[in-house]
Amino acid sequence: MSDDHDHHDGDEHELRVSKIRSGTVIDHVRGGQALNVLAILGIDGSEGEEVSVGMNVPSDRLARKDIVKVEGRELSQDEVDVLSLIAPDATINIVRDYEVIEKHRVEPPEIVEGVLSCPNAGCITTSGEPVDSRFEVLEEGVRCDYCGTIVRDEIAALIDT
Amino acid sequence: MRHDHLITSKQLTRGDIETILDRAAEIDADPSAVADRHTNTLLGLLFFEPSTRTKMSFETAMKRLGGDVVDMGSVESSSVKKGETLADTVRVIEGYTDALVLRHPKQGSATMASEFVDVPLVNAGDGAGHHPSQTMLDLYTIRENAGLDDLTIGIMGDLKYGRTVHSLAHALTNFDAQQHFISPESLRLPREVVYDLHQEDGGAGIREHESLEEVLPSLDVLYVTRIQRERFPDEQEYQKVAGEYQIGSETLEAAGDDLTIMHPLPRVDEIAPEIDETDHAAYFDQAHNGVPVRMALLDLLLSDDGAADRLGGGSDE
Repeated sequence: MSDDHDHHDGDEHELRVSKIRSGTVIDHVRGGQALNVLAILGIDGSEGEEVSVGMNVPSDRLARKDIVKVEGRELSQDEVDVLSLIAPDATINIVRDYEVIEKHRVEPPEIVEGVLSCPNAGCITTSGEPVDSRFEVLEEGVRCDYCGTIVRDEIAALIDT
Repeated sequence: MRHDHLITSKQLTRGDIETILDRAAEIDADPSAVADRHTNTLLGLLFFEPSTRTKMSFETAMKRLGGDVVDMGSVESSSVKKGETLADTVRVIEGYTDALVLRHPKQGSATMASEFVDVPLVNAGDGAGHHPSQTMLDLYTIRENAGLDDLTIGIMGDLKYGRTVHSLAHALTNFDAQQHFISPESLRLPREVVYDLHQEDGGAGIREHESLEEVLPSLDVLYVTRIQRERFPDEQEYQKVAGEYQIGSETLEAAGDDLTIMHPLPRVDEIAPEIDETDHAAYFDQAHNGVPVRMALLDLLLSDDGAADRLGGGSDE
C-alpha cells in the first residue's frame, strides 16, 4: 500500500501507519504538510473518520515526506486538485479491499473555491458577505478573484478551517 | 465578450474603449441628440463612501439622457447601518432600478455585487481596487490632448492605494503607451498590478521611478494623484516625500511645451494654482469630461438596440 518508489519504507511504514481496507492514501506529501492536507480536505475527525498520519518519514524522492491515510473515504477529483496547492508532489492511491485500484498524481486546478481565506483585510470576502472565497491558481501561488491579491508563499496559512 | 457590467478596465479591449470614447465624443458634440434617449430609466446610486464629483457626474449623466436617479443616501441613514450585507442591498435596489452604480470601501465589492444582480452594474470605485469609469474619462482627455498611441505618460503620487491609477494603467496596455510610474518607495504600485501589467503587455512599456526629474522631459502627459497624509505612519515621513511630488512653475521648466497635466481631483497641494492658467492644465476639462463619458457608458449598457453588443464587437462569448 505504501510508496512503490521508496523501497525501503514498505515494512517500516506498516509499523508506523497501518494498511487501510478501503479509502485513500495520500503519499508524497511534503514533510510537515500532513495536517494542512487534512485541513484543506475539511477532515478533523469530528465525523468519526479513521485517519492515520505519518510525518517526516524517509523518502527517496522527497528526503522526508508525510503520508495521510483516510479510511472509508475516496477523494473526489476536486479535492485531489485542491491538494496540489500545498502538496504538489502528492500521489493519490484509492484503495478497495486492501488493493490499490487507482493511483494518480495531483494536478493544479484553475480555480479553488471556498477553501482559502483572502489575507487582504480590505477584501469584500472578509466582510461577512454570503460569498465563498475564490482563487485563481497561478504558476506560483494563488490570486483572489475578488480583490486580486496574490499569495505565493504560506498558502497553507490561508486554509479556511 | 459582451459586458453587462463594468467592473474593471481589465475587462475592456481596445475596441471596447474606442467604442466608449467615440460614443462620448458624439454625445459631447451634440448632447441634445440624446436628451430623451433613456426617459423612464432609473439609475440606482449606491455610494458607501463619501463622493461628490463621481456621484454628481453619474447623476448628471443619467438626467441628461432623460432618465432619473434614486440614491440610497448616506450609509448612516441606510439599512447598512443595521448590518445588512452588500449582497442583500444590491438585490433589493436592483428591483427598483434599471442599473446600479456602486462605490464601496472594500476591494472586490463590485465583482461580488455583480454576481447577485441582473441589471447592469458600474463600479465607481472599490477600495484601493479599480475605478473604470474614471479611467474612461481619463482616456478621453488623453486622447483629446495627446492621442493614445505613441504616448509617453508619467503617473505620479500614491500609486499603491490609487484606484484611478490601477485602472488607467491596465487600460493603457491596450495602446502603444510607455508608462512611467513615479512615487515614493512606500507608495509604489501594488505587486499585483505590476504582475498584471507585465502579463498584459510583456512589461515593455512599464518603468518605475522615485524621481520625476529623470523622466519629465520625455513626457506627453503627467497624471498626478494626491499623496495622502494619512497613509504615512508619522508626519515626518510624509513631509520627507510630499515636497518631491509637487508641481509648480519651476518644476515645469524641464517639461516639454506640449505636456498635458492631469489629476483625478480633488487636489490638495500637488499642483500649484499657478499651473491652472497654463496650457498644460487639463484637470478641470478632465472632470467635465466625466459627464459625456458616463452618458456614453450608461447609454451603451442600458440600450436594448444592440448598443451594448457594440461593447466588445457584438459577440457573445
